[in-house]
Amino acid sequence: MSHSPVSPIRAPLVEGHKTYHQITEDLSTPTEKRPNAAWWGAFAVALTFLTIGVICIVLTIWDGITEWNLNRTIGWGWDITNFVWWIGIGHAGTLISAILLLFRQKWRTGVNRAAEAMTIFAVMCAALFPAIHVGRIWVVFFFFPYPNSRGPLWPNFNSPLLWDLFAISTYFTVSLLFWYTGLVPDFATLRDRSKGLRRKMYNFVSFGWTGSAKHWQRHESLSLVLAGLATPLVLSVHTIVSFDFATSVIPGWHTTIFPPYFVAGAIFSGFAMVQTLMVITRKVLNLKQYITLEHIESMNKVILLTGTIVGVAYLTELFISWYSGYIYEQFAFFNRALGPYWWSYFGMMLCNVISPQLFWSKKIRRSVWWTFFMSIFVNIGMWFERFVIIATTLARDYLPSSWSYYSPSWVEIGIFLGTLGIFFTFYLLFTRLAPVVAVAEIKHILKSAGDQYIGKDAHHHHSSEITQES
Amino acid sequence: MANHKDVLFGLYSDEEVLLKAVKKAKAAHLDIMDVFTPFPVHGLDEALDLKESRLHIVGFIFGLIGSLTAFLGMTWIFTDDWPIIIGGKPYWSVPAFIPITFELTVLFASIGMVVVFYVIGGLGPGVTNPTLDDRITDDKFCIAFDQHGMSDKDIDKVKSFLKDSGAEEIHTKTI
Repeated sequence: MSHSPVSPIRAPLVEGHKTYHQITEDLSTPTEKRPNAAWWGAFAVALTFLTIGVICIVLTIWDGITEWNLNRTIGWGWDITNFVWWIGIGHAGTLISAILLLFRQKWRTGVNRAAEAMTIFAVMCAALFPAIHVGRIWVVFFFFPYPNSRGPLWPNFNSPLLWDLFAISTYFTVSLLFWYTGLVPDFATLRDRSKGLRRKMYNFVSFGWTGSAKHWQRHESLSLVLAGLATPLVLSVHTIVSFDFATSVIPGWHTTIFPPYFVAGAIFSGFAMVQTLMVITRKVLNLKQYITLEHIESMNKVILLTGTIVGVAYLTELFISWYSGYIYEQFAFFNRALGPYWWSYFGMMLCNVISPQLFWSKKIRRSVWWTFFMSIFVNIGMWFERFVIIATTLARDYLPSSWSYYSPSWVEIGIFLGTLGIFFTFYLLFTRLAPVVAVAEIKHILKSAGDQYIGKDAHHHHSSEITQES
Repeated sequence: MANHKDVLFGLYSDEEVLLKAVKKAKAAHLDIMDVFTPFPVHGLDEALDLKESRLHIVGFIFGLIGSLTAFLGMTWIFTDDWPIIIGGKPYWSVPAFIPITFELTVLFASIGMVVVFYVIGGLGPGVTNPTLDDRITDDKFCIAFDQHGMSDKDIDKVKSFLKDSGAEEIHTKTI
């Protein structure tokens, strides 16, 4: 194998002097053993949340969105806040799998599989909200441009809300294809280790994969092009989500900074969710040698960078609103920070701008506990950000006589909890059915990232050994 | 299966040994049927003289179809089929068509490439392709030869090549 030269200062990404077989064992066994009590406990909680969500969604569909506390002034509340929050979370998976692939960042390999799974489940949760917030979900297919008996009357292709529909459906489809294509060789590994019904099942999902050289060559080519397509796609998705706001004429929304600011925020919150999941996954499934402190630190650096970008964006918005000399714009931001929702603005600033700055300290970046708490903080902060943008802006519109206040009904809270339930139910099932770390990809980087080959414990000098043998 | 093949194969446990063996086999003009590995081995496609994959061209063609479908579709709908003035903009408001054109380009290219990838490789849901050894998806690297049309002398030549080039196990299997 022709290795690209590895810098001696690169830290190993696979620890424990793994052999190829050991990698297969370590990564396959979680799907082969019976789940432990912790898994069942988590699954029960997730299913409970999911059930609450289903009840609240049924209520919403049955009675209409009157079940929510929206009013004439505030037409978007928790629904769209949650939509933007979930879609943003999804972005980290694509960033890890696609953008880091193009940048040849080897550390993506330990976390890409789980992060992509997270993307898919998060997009599912996100897509739920636009579907139910329209009120009459049974005619939601009117959004799709198909020849119909109403004229045919087409959807408005000039509307960002329709662009959003195309962006989200494309994003979901491409992420699913990318993820599944990566899973096929690993399903073949599980197939070849199993017998009976299990073998039949994995045979079905592994698509007849044999590991032929030509298949691998095409697989690599496919992954690279899909990564190349997914990279602008992921940037376009949150750009278009931000257009839902930025192309409107509401002061506070109508700003050109929204696309880059939304994309940075999406990556920021997505990495936080990846950290939340990885910190737990690596402990419960005993994968600390594959998802190492090196991985955690790298992701914390991304959180620090994107958190800082988001902070700069907040300050830029404030500056521009003052500098615009336009009183409605100035009022929108004054109201955000000091109006009736001051607490959400404060929460956002604390969680998104101030707390990530702790990651300048290497000690904190490499601390699992700090990482876990910070990831929860950032998740909360980014939820606040979307709430601040949506609710505080709408609550104080043009006519003071229409000003209003909004807090969610229990049904809205229930639906949010329900999406958490959907997300974690799917994630927990995923950890049982597929290797959470990409098996073939870890083997592929072993010789350039294994701790027996690089780093201070290295004792193998593989190429020279081979030369002596042959 | 109508066409049974008698396959002679050697299993290696290191990809660098495998790669050297493949190069040696090519130099000795041995006719390799296929090489199977648990993960992509870089340099293997060149050693086997595999032509560069043309999947990216497939992606480009499907992407182009996607772009044209979206752009021409919206153009036809908004200028001819049902023209509506929206926000005082012209019927043919090109900048507003760009996001959907981009999304459909990516969608068509991705679906097209993935479907073509599986179809030309003979892969798909529920497909069972014969495998030589269960450890090939774990930690073994395999060079396979089709025994069809080989004399006993040829077979011995291949076996000794496998042995000399570092194969740890040599088997035959009918698939």
